[in-house]
Order: sequence, then structure tokens, then C-alpha cells
Amino acid sequence: MIDKTAATLADALGPVRDGATVLIGGFGTAGVPEELIDALRQQGARELTLVNNNAGNGDTGLAALLASGAVRKMVCSFPRTADSWVFDDLYRRGRIELELVPQGTLAERLRAAGAGIGAFFCPTGYGTPLAEGKETRLIAGRGHVLELPLHGDLALVKAERGDRWGNLTYRKAARNFGPVMAAAARHTVATVHELAELGGIDPEHVVTPGLYVDRVVRIDRVATRAGGFRQERAA
Amino acid sequence: MNGIQRRGKEALARRVAQDIPDGAIVNLGIGQPTRVADHFGAGRDVILHSENGLLGMGPAPAAGAEDFDLINAGKQPVTLRPGGAYFHHADSFAMMRGGHLDICVLGAFQVSATGDLANWSTGEPGAIPAVGGAMDLAIGARETWVMMDLLTRDGRSKLVAQCSYPLTGIACVRRVYTDLATFECTPQGLRLVDAAEGLDREALQRLVGLPIA
Repeated sequence: MIDKTAATLADALGPVRDGATVLIGGFGTAGVPEELIDALRQQGARELTLVNNNAGNGDTGLAALLASGAVRKMVCSFPRTADSWVFDDLYRRGRIELELVPQGTLAERLRAAGAGIGAFFCPTGYGTPLAEGKETRLIAGRGHVLELPLHGDLALVKAERGDRWGNLTYRKAARNFGPVMAAAARHTVATVHELAELGGIDPEHVVTPGLYVDRVVRIDRVATRAGGFRQERAA
Repeated sequence: MNGIQRRGKEALARRVAQDIPDGAIVNLGIGQPTRVADHFGAGRDVILHSENGLLGMGPAPAAGAEDFDLINAGKQPVTLRPGGAYFHHADSFAMMRGGHLDICVLGAFQVSATGDLANWSTGEPGAIPAVGGAMDLAIGARETWVMMDLLTRDGRSKLVAQCSYPLTGIACVRRVYTDLATFECTPQGLRLVDAAEGLDREALQRLVGLPIA
């Protein structure tokens, strides 16, 4: 019998080796697997490469993982925010490496990894500093940059509902990087707020089919601690 | 600049909105361009795309009704209009690169006369670079428009012969809406669309320091 459900976050996470590449979903306040990030920090693996759109906010979650000294390199599109002081400090002291990737290229490199694509030519970034050192080609008269897939050893994904086969649905804009990260990692762990019986998720509504997912763990729904939200509207 | 009717932020947003046709699919970047959404009026059905996986984005919710799973690219709570859709990041950026968005409106540090865009980094030493979706949007949408003040605080033109800041994209900007005038960027250089009252082409050319057709 296939049963991917785990009783605890630590069981769901399993062993994580030093030097692993960890894909972490989430964008702003939506879809951040905060409980799994905390479990990863408590598990204690070091020299990690993290892939996330941002580089942590405030002092909790991803920022706490960075502050623990467990991270060697950050791969992201937008590390600098008003409250990214943990990353900013590590970066300015030369204690963390940064690979800056345009957001769509980040998503597509993850998609390519999950889809078994060896590399792809992408027009984003052509002629900019982010294409320096990369192979380029004119295709139909337009400049393209060669981009490589971005594989993970582990993906941490926050979903909404799941079942014991690992099928997942998401909620609103919390979907963001979840589906492509789930497919791009050798081992994918998802939190859900609700565990459904097999068949309890309409097959028409499954967003991440279970074959991409290794462990599912149910967590309570709590008010978000994820960063990026400010009460006043942006100017 | 006495006697010139400079467009304020709201007037500029209204001016950009005026050129967005009914039925257009539009991405309004983050910051100032998001104000454009306040000026479509009731007669137009404009579908807003947000890079984090929304199509048919609606206005901010009422205070107390925020849903932190429903936010925009600027990470502020928003709503979804009837007919809207959610999708993942790879799909969202496929919509951009694949040419499925009609227009995106971005801010800028500099734009060259032929439409090169610099809007992600001032290249200052010690600054932490961050690009987000700017490069994908700039080259992906069928038309990229820029919304900015024409002059820097110390009076230098942000429309330039060649960008000195790191580029976001090459020859990707079609129109530039500023507080003092609206321009088109073409392979031949700048073309004037309209100017603030009290400002003529010659005066604009002196401010910009470039020929304006």
C-alpha cells in the first residue's frame, strides 16, 4: 500500500545531507512552507544551497535558517527587501553566496529540471549583466541565453489538500513555485491543511499529481508569519 | 519651468490608462504603475496579470478582509475578479515570454532613445542586486511601456542616448510616459506623442539633450 503521509514534520523531512540543494516554495505571504523550513533548521544540515524567490524576511522562517549559518548559497530573483536584514548582513560580510536569476528563468529552470530538459535558450536577460559568461545565440533574429535546469535534492512545498498518494491542491496565489519545485527535486515534502481520502480530491482538480511527491504531512492553519506584508499600501 | 502644467502621479496614471484599450491583458509591475488600475473607468474590461500567478486581479480588499494567500507581485493583498484564474510561476512567466500579455507598464531609472531599459540596478558598489520579474516582463510583453519622471532630482534626463545603469533589456520599451511628455522609442530614436501644456518640442529637446522627431 502506498502511504506517503508522515506523522511529524521531522519524519516527513527525513535525513538531509550537508551540501544539499533545497528548493523552497513561497512568494510573499503565500505558500511559504514555514513549518518545514523550521524542521530543516532543527534537523541541522549545513552547507546548504537554497532556492527561493526571495532571501528571507524578518527573523523567522528562511531568515532564521540563514541566521543559523546553515546556508552556503542562495539562488533567488529578489533577495533585497525592506526586512531582509539577515541576508543583507551575511552577504555584506561575504558569508553567503548569491546567484541572482530572473524570476521567470528561475521558474523555467525548475520546470526544465522536472521535465528532463537538458538546457534551453531563453530571451530573458540577453544583453544584461545577468547573461555575462553564458552562451548566447540569435534565434529568428532575437538574442537568447542558454540556461541550465535547476535540480533539487529536496523540495519543501506548502499545499492545501493532499492524499496518501501525494496528490496536491493549492490555495489561490500560494500555488506559485510549488508545482515546479515538487517536480524538480529528488525528494519532495509537502505540508497540507487537509488530508483527503483517495478519491476525495476531484482528479480534474489535482494540480500536482502524487508521483512528484514523497511525503505529505498535515499541519494546522495558522496566521502567516511570512514576511513581505506591510500594512500600508506600497506607494 | 514656469508655466508648464506638469502631470502629477495621478494625472500620469490617468494618461497611461487612457491608452490601454478595452479587452487588453496587462501587467502593471509594482509600485507607481499599479495606480494605473484606478483609472480604467467602468466602460473598459482590462484583465490584469500578476507575476505570482493571477489573471483577472481585482482591487485591494476592504480592511479586515485581507487573504494572505491572495497577494500581488508587490506582496500586497488583492482580490480576484469573477472569471479570474490561478496558475503556477512557470505558467505565469510563459504567459509573458510567450507574448500573451498585450502590455506591461514598468518604472525605470533610465530608458534609451531606442528603447533599452535600465530599471533593476543602479550598479552602486555594495548594493545587493535584485531583479525579480523585471527582465522577463520587459522582453516578454508585446508592448512594454515605462512610467517615470522625465528628470532626476538633480535635473538630468532619464531618457538617454545610452543607459549608464545595468540593462534590464535591449530595445524593449515602446512608449515612455512622463510628467512632462509622452514619447515613443523607435529604432531611429525618440518620437514625441504629447507634451505637457506650456512645453514645446524645442524646450523638451533642450531638457532631454536628444533629437525628438
